[in-house]
Amino acid sequence: MRIAKALFLTLMLGASLPASFAQAEALKVAGPWEITGIEPAQTGYVFSRLQVAETLVTTDKQGALVPSLAESWKVSQDGLVWTFKLRGNAQFHDGTPVTAEATVASLQRALAGVGVLSQAPISEINVEGSGIQIRLSKPFSALPAYLVHFSTIVLAPSSFDAADKVTQIVGTGPYKVKTLTPPARLELEGSGAWWGGEPGISEVNYLAVGQGETRALMAESGEADLVFSMLPVSVDRLKANPKLDVQIATIPRTRLLKINAASPFFDQVEERQAVSAAIDRIGTAKVILRNADLAATQLFPPAMKGWNSPDVQPLEKDLEKAKELLKAAGWVPGSDGILEKDGKRFSVTMLTYASWPELPPIATALQAQLRQVGIDVKVSVGNSSEIPARHQDGTLEIGLVSRLYSIVPDPVGTLLQDYGPGGSDWGSMGWDNKEMQAIVDQLAATSDPVVRGPLQKRAVEILQEELPSIPVTWSELAIVSSKRIAGVEVDPLEVNYGLSSIRWAE
Amino acid sequence: MAIKNFLLARLLQAGIVAIVVGALCFVLMRVLPGDAAMRIAAGRYGPDARIADAAEKVRLELGLDRPIAVQFIEWLGSLARFDLGHSLVTGRAVAHELQVQLGASVWLAVAALMLSLLIGPIVGLFGGLRPGGTADRVGLLGAVTFRAIPPFVLGLILMLVFSRQLGWLPPAGFGSPREILLPALTLALGLAAMSSRVTRNAVAAVARAPYFAFARYKGLPEAVVVRRHGLRNAAIPVVSYLGLQAIYLIEGVVVVESLFAYPGIGHALVHAIVERDVPMVQGTALAMGLMFVAIAAIVDLVTLWLDPRMRKIA
Repeated sequence: MRIAKALFLTLMLGASLPASFAQAEALKVAGPWEITGIEPAQTGYVFSRLQVAETLVTTDKQGALVPSLAESWKVSQDGLVWTFKLRGNAQFHDGTPVTAEATVASLQRALAGVGVLSQAPISEINVEGSGIQIRLSKPFSALPAYLVHFSTIVLAPSSFDAADKVTQIVGTGPYKVKTLTPPARLELEGSGAWWGGEPGISEVNYLAVGQGETRALMAESGEADLVFSMLPVSVDRLKANPKLDVQIATIPRTRLLKINAASPFFDQVEERQAVSAAIDRIGTAKVILRNADLAATQLFPPAMKGWNSPDVQPLEKDLEKAKELLKAAGWVPGSDGILEKDGKRFSVTMLTYASWPELPPIATALQAQLRQVGIDVKVSVGNSSEIPARHQDGTLEIGLVSRLYSIVPDPVGTLLQDYGPGGSDWGSMGWDNKEMQAIVDQLAATSDPVVRGPLQKRAVEILQEELPSIPVTWSELAIVSSKRIAGVEVDPLEVNYGLSSIRWAE
Repeated sequence: MAIKNFLLARLLQAGIVAIVVGALCFVLMRVLPGDAAMRIAAGRYGPDARIADAAEKVRLELGLDRPIAVQFIEWLGSLARFDLGHSLVTGRAVAHELQVQLGASVWLAVAALMLSLLIGPIVGLFGGLRPGGTADRVGLLGAVTFRAIPPFVLGLILMLVFSRQLGWLPPAGFGSPREILLPALTLALGLAAMSSRVTRNAVAAVARAPYFAFARYKGLPEAVVVRRHGLRNAAIPVVSYLGLQAIYLIEGVVVVESLFAYPGIGHALVHAIVERDVPMVQGTALAMGLMFVAIAAIVDLVTLWLDPRMRKIA
């Protein structure tokens, strides 16, 4: 064996040895995200999570908004003018100070682009003394939460070329870009001038590894110290490995059935409730996700405080109830067991996509479960863009999607779109509920928790009763770290992975 | 003169390949179902974004609503100026992306080919010299096994053995010889499986040939017989076959690169097709097509050098 290894090492002689020595001190990180371009709206999350670039506001580990580049913020009495005060000690990686002008330029760019800012009622963003002033067209309490989004990272003027295109990421975080080899590799080094102090490990090498199984092997072979987003099938094996630590966090992401409530199959609430009662959430979560606790008994997971209600009737499998509801809606079994109404068979297409590898198997499990109550489902796996496309042209029947409620850390941002008039790409379709719309509008206008509490509770009740989207499972994020490092914390909102507080274990 | 004509013919072939590949990609990408702007928006902003809104901006930005003929003529015009355009997803020049990714793939392909030449022909040589012997039978078993296992399974097995159990080599990454070894070996074993059998048959045919027997009769030592009369003759079909193996290589890099997180041209092509990044698809397909032509040309030149009879025909 020793001879074989010696032969192997001889084969890889030369350049490899000095290279591995030079990288010996770097923290090796592997994750699934490829760096396709450096436009903040596209891949800002890579630079935000790896702490290269920062936003005005960020979140703590409990999901509460905390200052980042903005030291403090306040809103005018009428709720229309927000003022953000910059911290005085921040500087860009090119050595220039973070000024209000540079910040406003980055935000205006984000406002004009595709990111979330364009969805907030912002009328203008200006420099106001040494701070930033954002004027709104109507009161919008979630504004600071929108400024956590990665598309609003603040970049130095030297990041842009004359045509306002991003040519390099010159941010403010504890790490600066040393080399970037798209789409797979990003090497970082300590910036030496971060307002939050020096990072525990001064060099970080990030490698994008698309295949989950390969990422698991990276952790097991010691080729990566920190690996993000493990497949459920690998987690048990990794937990048993004495050299590794596995941390799991519930993230505000729900896999749900997007239902076309305008189609003849789902226009009655009984039909949607029947589909919900036919689904075996616990079995699906147990077999496919290896964790029965992920069965989504309501839309929002328990980790979303104030949005998960212990008082609502949990969604559970009840085939008899499902059959009764379908009968009440006028569906009767045909000769082959498939339901029929007015000569029309209950046969629908469930569209899903493979961007998340667990969606297609969940779709086929649901197909089998719905067959038991006489609903014939065809599963079609396509590209993620087909769901919004079929939402637009109204031809979608059911879609199995994975919906993130922390795109901005205040779920109201997502609810405004998903359950507003006309629904949205990933939200309701053909479902028009005036009460829900009024509640969401009120929530958007106030940040007072006393006013918000009952409104949120009522919103959850409506969604549970009306089922414009049928929750299937919640999600979790598994992170594997080597015992060589300490100080790893999981950020359930995936805003910032806190690499700077990681250090080598004693 | 013959060589000059030959190279001219190959150059002409390369030009035709460029136009045909470009046109085919263009047409195929247009007739695929689904809205291109939606696909590009999903590719750029990920599946959590508001894709429908983003798609409208993408459509305007890229001029996707212009007539197809206009877009194709533009592409041809740029190609004539050796400008492959910009990726619709990343926004960088396609030529720049190809430089990085094609470079990575060429290294992988060369490493795989070299490793396969270390394994295949040597195994084949021993098998062919004693057809039906132990070496031949072990070689056959190995060839059948490695050819039958698809590259993604073979890659995973190699990762399990060399990364997880032994901890010698990284399962993913790129940039140093350590990281290229496992993906190259995955491809090389598949290549060697075939080339060892081709070599074995060629060697067996040569070993049965009268001139080979004559060399033995005149009392040359076995090593000299093989070296002087065996290798060159047996090499001709093996070299010709290497040209065909380029197909296996190009098909193999797509799978192997994705598995080993190796940012090569195969990996780029898969992403470009999913994301409807037409200039990238055209650029990568063009590069692959030209690689074919180049490999065919090299194989022909080596065959000419190996086999003097061919020079008369040419």
